[in-house]
Amino acid sequence: MQFGIFSVADITPDPTTGAVPTERERIRGVVEKAKLAEEVGLDVFAVGEHHNPPFVTSSPTTTLGFVAAKTERLLLSTATTLITTNDPVKIAEDYAMLQHLADGRVDLVMGRGNTGPVYPWFGQDIRQGIELAVENYHLLRRLWTEDVVDWEGEFRTPLQRFTSTPRPLDGVPPFVWHGSIRSPQIAEQAAYYGDGFFHNNIFWPIRHTKQMVEFYRQRFEHYGHGTADQAIVGLGGQFFARERSQDAVREFRPYFDNAPVYGHGPSMEDFTRETPLTVGSPDQVIERYLAMRDHVGDYQRQLFLVDHAGLPHKTAMEQIEILGTKIVPVLRRELDALRPAHVPDAPTHASLVAARDAALAAEGEQPYSDAYRFGTGDNWTGLTAEGGEQARRQAALRELREQRRLAGSAAGRETAAREAAEKGNGHE
Amino acid sequence: MSDVRPLGLVVISSGLSVPSTTRMLADRLAASARDVLERDGHTVRTSFIEVKDLGHDIVDATLTRFAGERLQSAIDALKAADGVIAVTPTFNLSYAGVFKSFIDVVDPGTFTGVPVLLGATGGTARHSLAIDYALRPLFGYLKADTVPTSVFAAAEDFGAATTAKAEDSLQERTLRAGTELAQYMLRFAGITGGAVAPTRARTGPAAASAEPAVDQRGRAGALEEFADFVPMGTLLGR
Repeated sequence: MQFGIFSVADITPDPTTGAVPTERERIRGVVEKAKLAEEVGLDVFAVGEHHNPPFVTSSPTTTLGFVAAKTERLLLSTATTLITTNDPVKIAEDYAMLQHLADGRVDLVMGRGNTGPVYPWFGQDIRQGIELAVENYHLLRRLWTEDVVDWEGEFRTPLQRFTSTPRPLDGVPPFVWHGSIRSPQIAEQAAYYGDGFFHNNIFWPIRHTKQMVEFYRQRFEHYGHGTADQAIVGLGGQFFARERSQDAVREFRPYFDNAPVYGHGPSMEDFTRETPLTVGSPDQVIERYLAMRDHVGDYQRQLFLVDHAGLPHKTAMEQIEILGTKIVPVLRRELDALRPAHVPDAPTHASLVAARDAALAAEGEQPYSDAYRFGTGDNWTGLTAEGGEQARRQAALRELREQRRLAGSAAGRETAAREAAEKGNGHE
Repeated sequence: MSDVRPLGLVVISSGLSVPSTTRMLADRLAASARDVLERDGHTVRTSFIEVKDLGHDIVDATLTRFAGERLQSAIDALKAADGVIAVTPTFNLSYAGVFKSFIDVVDPGTFTGVPVLLGATGGTARHSLAIDYALRPLFGYLKADTVPTSVFAAAEDFGAATTAKAEDSLQERTLRAGTELAQYMLRFAGITGGAVAPTRARTGPAAASAEPAVDQRGRAGALEEFADFVPMGTLLGR
């Protein structure tokens, strides 16, 4: 199981001192947190994407590229990448680039953003949020898996003989999760592609999270990616821990009471009862998060928000230290021991490469080659005849595997039955 | 005559004091409807939502956008109701703010087609049009099936300024309203014929799914949230 932290790098005044970090302090602080996350043994660092104050996360791949250079093992992810307002061509390029620079330590969580006004800032229409997420993502996948793309859709100019560069590292795109809090359509999208589903439940009761995850799991099985319990699930979470629980409660309460996202609503006690927020000793945090699998089943990724509510950088760093040294070792040991053998880990670059290589070998195909397969002239588009042949053949084989999987699934059988019925009607 | 299941009557009472004339009116309206139904051989299960007791939960839900467990059980009761009695004090021409706040955290579609009897209380009968001016449009918007007779109780009604048998006494008005609600409930529950289901605009996603997103009367069904999607193959034109 993967554990990590995620940040949206909000600039929130510390309610106990009134101190407000500068943009530089906050941005550099996020990088420090990522480095510490690796040092204390966490697996994942994810950064959000917002394009408005009080956030300083408008350029995730710049941040992640910088973090990649400062770390060695940490998996770099997003929380989330706006699939609605970013041009899928730019996402394809940026994250393939990051893959190469970070040696494959990259995945993404797709999201639709938390604020309506972001749509017009990037020339899009919020009323088409879902449609944008569907079309853009489908194009993004094609840009990563097909060397040369001809495409036409609703929301951007058509592409003719377009090659997104660099090609994904080792010919394997980053693994993708889809984040959604309330939209079944996004869970459906994740399930359709066999992608991960990330439920950022930090402001929601577990009964809601459970329903969303169950829905995604059913649909994952429906599309033939495996059994429902093999679907790839991630959860958000947040805590504040001190050795003694009363110290944690005393220290965190002024932050809770005044934070823009919590304050002046439910009491901290009510909120901690209803949501994953846990304020107490490391043991209490462990107990709370061990129980998540009782609601959502064995899952693959647990990310924590630690730098929120105006907590000072130093305090957030202490929380990462406690998380990595006191909380996660126990969660990891216990949850990994409980997970049945047939439930997979979250895919990584290495596992995706291995799976692809195994599939090629099973088909008697040559191993994947990353030899440069494009023309090198000026303004060249498309594959060279000699270099492109193998890549084309292997892409066709991959497409065939996908078709076979879908045909053998419940979804495929439904489609076949419907088509047979329609054909029958046609003869009458 | 034995019913398959008891009829569910849910009473929303948003009086703010104890004892509350709003609750007294709500009790009388509930008793009146129940008496009519029981006389007819039906079993009635009445439950009360005391909005005052949910005050903090309602504000919390307004801010967090999810209902805590206690508030959720009240909302769930409404979703299963065969009839609703809604009673509020009159403040500044309209329903109490906390009453509206409660309605605002109930999921859209909950009242669609549901028989609702409206009641209000106030210091004097001069405020009685608040029901038709404020409450009825609200429930009209919610597509509730409001019964024609509503009951406004002023302080003088509880002082029995009129005799019980007088045509406009609180007792008589309560009885008329309760009788109407009972008839509407029987129709809504399908025990008597003639129910008219309000139509709900079916968005594309729900139409494409196998499970009905709404029950036969057009009310929001429990499955609605997760029926609201289009299978990806359809979206991608496959």
